[in-house]
Amino acid sequence: MNHRSIAFITGLIFAVGLGISGMTQPTKVIGFLDVTGAWDPSLVMVMGGAVVVYFLVFNVIVRRRDKPIVGERFGIPSRRDIDPRLLGGAVLFGAGWGLGGFCPGPALTSAATGMSSVLIFVAAMLAGMGLHSTYQKLRSRA
Amino acid sequence: MNVPTSDLLAGLAGGLIIGAATSFMLLFSGRIAGVSGIIGGLLPATRGDIDWRAMFLIGLLVGGVILRFIYPAAFPTTIDASPMTLVGAGLLVGFGTRMGNGCTSGHGVCGIGRMSRRSLVATMTFLFSGMITVYITHHLLGASV
Repeated sequence: MNHRSIAFITGLIFAVGLGISGMTQPTKVIGFLDVTGAWDPSLVMVMGGAVVVYFLVFNVIVRRRDKPIVGERFGIPSRRDIDPRLLGGAVLFGAGWGLGGFCPGPALTSAATGMSSVLIFVAAMLAGMGLHSTYQKLRSRA
Repeated sequence: MNVPTSDLLAGLAGGLIIGAATSFMLLFSGRIAGVSGIIGGLLPATRGDIDWRAMFLIGLLVGGVILRFIYPAAFPTTIDASPMTLVGAGLLVGFGTRMGNGCTSGHGVCGIGRMSRRSLVATMTFLFSGMITVYITHHLLGASV
């Protein structure tokens, strides 16, 4: 196996998990964020289930290895600081998530439906990512 | 709060599968399966760092196609939000996830799964921001925008 096939398999299983979990239903996501209304707690189960599996694999298997099965090293983020960019980015992302009910994974998975609403969201999301790269470039030049 | 148990179980099952997928990438490739990070790394793309990102994206799309056949109920039949709302939402999600170095998968699953303080703070922040946004759009403005 190489990094390409690992990435493909990850994306495929990920998408199926998202679909089964309810994350590809914007109304369900908004129901989950609607804590003062008819709150839908089922997405707590999604994040809970995913985190438990990742936590176990990370602590029981990954921590005892010095490198991944394919490749030379684990690329695990080492930053620990809480900076304004982290917080500002999370605020913006949360606002967009609440507005549309889509986060990146479910949006890209749902693009397979070809629904125009989803394609509009995905195009805007990619534009937003590109805009950030441009903003970064301008900032580093200034 | 009035959600059928089957929804909670579906959420748990989907969550376990998402956990398996993200863990698979970590254990095999040593990489973080954060969707915004993987896709954002293509905008702009760096030579020699394109193929695995593209394959992940193709995997997501193929997964979406498979869902359409085996579980079409995964997708909504209509989406209420107006095109303008969706454009605004998409721009915020795209820009915000890149600025904050991650989204629901990178921070919410992989980061919290590693007990990263940054990811915990980021996840709390975007959840809170999302809740405030829904409160404004659904309760203060009184309608689904």
